[in-house]
Amino acid sequence: MPLGYYLVLSAILFGIGVAGVLLRRNAIVIFMSIELMLNAVNLTFVAFAAHLKNLEGQIFVFFVMVVAAAEVAVGLALIVAIFRLKETVFVDEINLMKW
Amino acid sequence: MSIVGSSIQDPASSIKHLGFSMQDYLWLIPFFPLVGFVINGLLGRKLGEKAVGVIGSGVVLASFVAAVLAFLDLLNLPSESRLFVQTLYRWIATGNFAVDVGFRLDALSMTMVLVVTGVGFLIHVYSIGYMHGDRGFARFFSFLNLFTFAMLLLVMGSNFLLMFVGWEGVGLCSYLLIGYYYDRIFDETTGLTCAGAGTKAFIVNRVGDFGFLLGIFLIFATFGSLDFETVFKTAQSSTVSTEIFTAIALLLFVGATGKSAQLPLYVWLPDAMAGPTPVSALIHAATMVTAGVYMVARCSVLYLQAPIAMEVVAVVGVATAVFAATMALTSTDIKKVLAYSTISQLGYMFLACGVGAFAAGIFHLVTHAFFKALLFLGAGSVMHALSGETQLPKMGGLKKYTPTTFWTFLVGGLAIAGVPGLSGFFSKDEILWKTLSSAHGSTALYFVALAAAGLTAFYIFRMVYLAFYGAPRMNAAVMHHLHESPRVMTVPLMILAVLSIIGGYIGVPHFSQIEHFLDPVFERFVPAGHLAAEASQESFGLELSLMALSVAVALAGIYFAYQMYVVKVGAADKLATRLPGLYKLLVRKYYVDEIYEALFVRPLNWLSENFFWKIFDVKLIDGTVNGAATVFGGIASVLRRWQTGIVQNYAVTLVVGLIIILGYLLVR
Repeated sequence: MPLGYYLVLSAILFGIGVAGVLLRRNAIVIFMSIELMLNAVNLTFVAFAAHLKNLEGQIFVFFVMVVAAAEVAVGLALIVAIFRLKETVFVDEINLMKW
Repeated sequence: MSIVGSSIQDPASSIKHLGFSMQDYLWLIPFFPLVGFVINGLLGRKLGEKAVGVIGSGVVLASFVAAVLAFLDLLNLPSESRLFVQTLYRWIATGNFAVDVGFRLDALSMTMVLVVTGVGFLIHVYSIGYMHGDRGFARFFSFLNLFTFAMLLLVMGSNFLLMFVGWEGVGLCSYLLIGYYYDRIFDETTGLTCAGAGTKAFIVNRVGDFGFLLGIFLIFATFGSLDFETVFKTAQSSTVSTEIFTAIALLLFVGATGKSAQLPLYVWLPDAMAGPTPVSALIHAATMVTAGVYMVARCSVLYLQAPIAMEVVAVVGVATAVFAATMALTSTDIKKVLAYSTISQLGYMFLACGVGAFAAGIFHLVTHAFFKALLFLGAGSVMHALSGETQLPKMGGLKKYTPTTFWTFLVGGLAIAGVPGLSGFFSKDEILWKTLSSAHGSTALYFVALAAAGLTAFYIFRMVYLAFYGAPRMNAAVMHHLHESPRVMTVPLMILAVLSIIGGYIGVPHFSQIEHFLDPVFERFVPAGHLAAEASQESFGLELSLMALSVAVALAGIYFAYQMYVVKVGAADKLATRLPGLYKLLVRKYYVDEIYEALFVRPLNWLSENFFWKIFDVKLIDGTVNGAATVFGGIASVLRRWQTGIVQNYAVTLVVGLIIILGYLLVR
């Protein structure tokens, strides 16, 4: 399959991720959207690695996955902590950091 | 005599045999009092009176010993190469402006250093007795040490800026010590506090210092350096116009009139008597107030290039001499009489400088330091005996009760009056003679100065007779406490009395030592003969007859004082009632304080309050600052709406921004 197909799919996934982050209220859904964006990038990496016959892109994907796993751990912990405090996971209700 | 043009040999070479040369240790001389200041200032309250007194006096003695060692080294050199310069480090270096911290010791500064440390040491010792039991004992000694340090910096500094640092340092110490009794009222009639007197001295000195500073600026602008050696060398050889020299000399002289209490800036010195008496003796008689004379003598090269400025110096000096002497005639405060006397004698020194007899001026400075310090310390001893009384009408008959004070005070009085054989006679007569004989002098100046000499003899002996002769006029309580001062006070008095007698023999006319010692300093850059003309043999007879004339004037002054205050008691009061206008004018000190109050103080206070404070400060400065704050506050109150606290809004901004940048990059 040509490289273009992968890139288009990746762009679509990334766009969905961005839209999710910008539009959804639920912090967990926003988190999932971020994962979507990360994986869109992973797809690009793998596609380019195959296309260029180069291993580096594939290795990079592992890095991204490790970081994403760590991020999920920290992020979910934060969300749990916030929920205990505010009894909500809707980000538009968590707006103390303003003027 | 003809040393002009000849290069100065390396002075170190000829004194190598001593092994230890003081010229590498010049910094020690001002360093000792600084150490004393730090110790007494930081630890003084824990040390106790005895230790503070010993440290305070000891460090000055150490300086004196170092100064004597340097003096001996200096004497070992041939007279025209008597100059030690020690540069410690470069202090300021910016562009073409460079100033070193360095010390310069030649005959002139050597003389000053010996006076400052020698007389200063005696006064420090005296203070141990005088300040005994005072709760600010350590504070007093630390200030006194700081003063000594600053004064030594002033006279030893090798450039104008370092001199100025010392100049301001002594001014600060003067302020601190005048206001030493900061919680007391000094003058009941005017309500002036001691702290107020200190402030007055400081502010009046600011006026003079402004002139001095402008003079320094002009010197740098003209000569491109502030180093004495460079400036004076350039001044001698350059083609700078007389107008510039006149401006520099006059600006420097403005500084001198402030520090040395000359017309019209003398008003602070009588009120400076608010300080403890040893302070009056050290700062306001022997050393600090003579800084102006030292400065003029130091800059003799510049003054000799400006005949008009010389004339101004001479006229101001002689006018101050006679003006201050008249005010001393009616003052009833023993310290104020001495203060006016100091102003008058400083006038004499400036007269000497103005007629080109710089060495005679410095000679008088030295003898004056001896006898005026003696008189002040004697007055302090009188006050000590009388539980702090300073008013002459409440004294009388002290001769019997305080014999040592009386005899030493009498010696001081005879010396300042110019009785032959004592130090004042030689120095004053030298000035009078030079006033007449010098190319810069004149007969008119001579006769005014002679009149001042007569007045001096009169008012000093008026004071002696009022304090020590006649019937006691103090009340019973004071009478009961009447006692001679302790040894720690009388011994310095006796030493100073001896110095007041023999001090003059360092400068006997025609056998003169001090002038031969000092002259190379003044002739270093100036061809001999430009200074006051040497008396020729033919004029020797004239000199002797003029000497007889001035002695006659002095004795007449003493005689009149004797007649008025001892023989016919009450004659002075009768004279006062017969000439009420004149008497009132003198008692009110020519209304100068009142005139200054109306002309300067009140308008300035009014202007400060109604313009500088209420309009300039409140409206303009505060208005600008507050206005800026209001403007930014207003802008912020609108812009802060941007910060919603909702993270998604920020993310939208981020994405929109990213899209715009990417779009721009694509379209471009």
